[in-house]
Amino acid sequence: MTELAAAASTPLSWKDRARRIDPRYLIAFLITLVLVLAQLRYHIVGGYERLAVALLACTATEALLSWFDRGKVVNLQSAYISGISLTLLEKPQGAALWPIALGGWLAISSKYVLRYRENHLWNPTNFAIVTLLLVAPERISVLSHQWGNDLATNLVIWTFGLVIASRVRVLHITLTYVASFFALNTLRSLILGQPILPEIAPITGPMYQLFVFFMITDPRTVVRGRRPQMIVAVIIALVEAMIRFASDQGWPLPTAFNAAPALVALWLVGPVAKWIDLRRAGPRKLAPVPSPEAQVAPPVSARESSPAVSAVR
Amino acid sequence: MVVPRRPSQTVRRAIIAVPFFAAIALAFRLNSGPIGAPADAANPGFVLTDATKAAGITFVHKRPSFDPKIANVEPHVAALGASVSVTDFDSDGWPDLYFTNSRFGEPNALYRNKGDGTFEDVAATAGVADLNRPGEGVSMGGVWGDFDNDGREDLLVYRYGYLALLKNVDGKRFEDVTQAAGLHRWVNSNGAIWFDYDRDGLLDLYVTAYFRSDIDLWHVTTTRIMHNSFEYADNGGKNLLFHNVGGGRFEDVTDKLGVGSTRWTLAAASADFDEDGWPDLYLANDYGPEELFLNDHGQRFVPVKAGLSSESKSGMSVALGDAFNRGRLDAFVTNISERGYLFQNNNLRLNRLVDSKRFVNVAEGAVADAGWAWGAQFGDLNNDGMNELFVANGFISADRNTSYWYAMSKIAGANGRLFEDAATWPAFGNASLSGYERSRVYLNRGAAGWTDVAARVGATDTYDGRAVALADLGNRGVIDVIVANQNQPVTLYRTTADSANHWVGFHLVGTRSNRSAIGAEVIVESGDLKQRRIVDGGMGFASQNDRRLHFGLGQREWVDRVVIHWPSGTEQVLQHPLIDRMLTITEASR
Repeated sequence: MTELAAAASTPLSWKDRARRIDPRYLIAFLITLVLVLAQLRYHIVGGYERLAVALLACTATEALLSWFDRGKVVNLQSAYISGISLTLLEKPQGAALWPIALGGWLAISSKYVLRYRENHLWNPTNFAIVTLLLVAPERISVLSHQWGNDLATNLVIWTFGLVIASRVRVLHITLTYVASFFALNTLRSLILGQPILPEIAPITGPMYQLFVFFMITDPRTVVRGRRPQMIVAVIIALVEAMIRFASDQGWPLPTAFNAAPALVALWLVGPVAKWIDLRRAGPRKLAPVPSPEAQVAPPVSARESSPAVSAVR
Repeated sequence: MVVPRRPSQTVRRAIIAVPFFAAIALAFRLNSGPIGAPADAANPGFVLTDATKAAGITFVHKRPSFDPKIANVEPHVAALGASVSVTDFDSDGWPDLYFTNSRFGEPNALYRNKGDGTFEDVAATAGVADLNRPGEGVSMGGVWGDFDNDGREDLLVYRYGYLALLKNVDGKRFEDVTQAAGLHRWVNSNGAIWFDYDRDGLLDLYVTAYFRSDIDLWHVTTTRIMHNSFEYADNGGKNLLFHNVGGGRFEDVTDKLGVGSTRWTLAAASADFDEDGWPDLYLANDYGPEELFLNDHGQRFVPVKAGLSSESKSGMSVALGDAFNRGRLDAFVTNISERGYLFQNNNLRLNRLVDSKRFVNVAEGAVADAGWAWGAQFGDLNNDGMNELFVANGFISADRNTSYWYAMSKIAGANGRLFEDAATWPAFGNASLSGYERSRVYLNRGAAGWTDVAARVGATDTYDGRAVALADLGNRGVIDVIVANQNQPVTLYRTTADSANHWVGFHLVGTRSNRSAIGAEVIVESGDLKQRRIVDGGMGFASQNDRRLHFGLGQREWVDRVVIHWPSGTEQVLQHPLIDRMLTITEASR
């Protein structure tokens, strides 16, 4: 009996079984759980029609574009996660549904349009929300205090976030960003002579926690390598601190910059970093990324340098 | 057979890029408004003219100053207090106006309607001016009702401080009877309503509380005075219900009746929403969901969800009116919206309690977003038989180039323990917060929705509107609009309505019911028109409308039937009453 055959015949422990679960399923499950709990406790969805439109827009766009671009319909889990993310983060004016529908279209289609060396550059949900905030600030806002300002909510997201970030090995990105946020905003408050607490308060909110656990860590749009990933996280925090500094000074910035500085910072820094990373790697060093489906779940062997999944896509 | 060749990947991506960029362009276009939606109504059928100066009303509200320990948030904490209530205190048949002030030493104003389109301030001689004194508090609003059924409208002034009950002695002078009435209570209140919850013919009093009642804002012992959540705060003051036991005395029955909400209530309104004959309570809460308490035969109030708890927002006011002529009283609750930051959206809740035990929010489009909206009222401004909505807007107008929204966003999503402490809040300085917003006037187009016609009809002020009251000030058969603005002058809009439309008004006098007839509900039926109104014991935000009920009839030249549900529980029916006049109806005695 070969070693391989022996291994195959040995019953797997529950830990091994857990490890073998496709992380996409874990993320889809956990982010759905976040949504369900937030809806039950805080009615965060703001109408089930929003959820339906977001999911429909994202999955239909993914199905259509993957069929058109690749000749086959890819796995729609990534689009599903994008739909949930949009529902959580995007808060449109009144009962308008078009921002949700357009957001879903923009999120998914950005993966097919804004590409470099067969990789998309923006986190899809981040791209959609910030782009809409920039071009339609009269009609769009982002998640703010709709989660009740409750410690229990934070604990739920931290728990789920830690599970996911550890599972897909991106916790170092989260922790680097959080540490940078504290350091840079403390520094900013000292420079401006402002109290420190209001400046670090934002990170205690659910929007930020979704951001640090599920968006900034999107493996498909982060750079490769642990150290470069941490450097990019610092740069994102730095750009955010600079935006906040400009806002503190009353500089005439677009509303998006004042309302969602973290999202804008990622929108600005993320694609540039990714582009540089791809360019430095060169076309021959890149693993082939034949389809969006494969983009969602690269081989397990590739996870060390390029973790497998995107949470908030 | 020829298999069609797939376009190259570059071409495919280019094809995808077209709708991608088109979507961005479409979003940009939709940012300026819906495509193809009516920009305005061509002929609203009425015009509003600023007649404040011509009417001789010179009142300017002054905001309070508080303990320096909370100076960083003072513009926010001191942003309330402008109120307006309508009464006929001297029983001369002309509605008068009462405005509150909120700074120590600054007088409240009682404008007596001289009947010629002008007013005179008689507050000082009447004894209702000097109510803003250290140790007693500053006025936040006033509400009128004949609590002793002597035929004179009495006044309850709610303050950040002690309540004040002022008995109307002779239509010229008022006497402070707070102590004797058992109402000498410190309540940081922004609202109160009169209603007769037990139908004993005596007006009872419900007082809403905002900051906790153990807080003296001039001498704070802690800076932990703010709300503990922006969405589900429950650490506000405790609302109070006072039962009128007769003999000029009230007793606190809050706990007994179960209406001591500690949410940050900004407004209350009462009506028999479920049509069981007993007046219920509807609360608009800041930083929290609205609340509905159904009256169980005057013995207790039962809190019910009724579809209200699924959307927690920042309820600023609650106005009651028949939005679509269904013969039901619906609720319009204002909320906060600010571009890019927050869209809480106003609620237009259709009353379907009788059918499905719930209210259904149907606000969409323009009526859902009025900015940082405050007081609102339903009223048929063009007499066409459909209610319009007037909404006052704007929170703090200071430096036009500095907005507090960015600073607010730092703490708004944060953990509640942080911003519960006022010391954590970034300093306001001279920043504006949703300042310089204009009023909205929504024309009711029925199933076609509501259209903002404010600019077209002449409501162009950008004051920080708080309280709105409606009254036929000139006894002309037309509803005028009075707006109390925070730290700014009052605005009186005189209405000119389409003269081809008819109307009918009712001045109700209770006998078995409270004499003010507060809580009486009247249904007018005229052909296809069926509309319900209620005699107002206080609604909107810090406001009270003319107690006389005004119905526009449009081109209809008769009224088929009028049904009056008196607060006592009796029902009275009038057949074919005369129109284009104010009718005085006295409740049948036993």
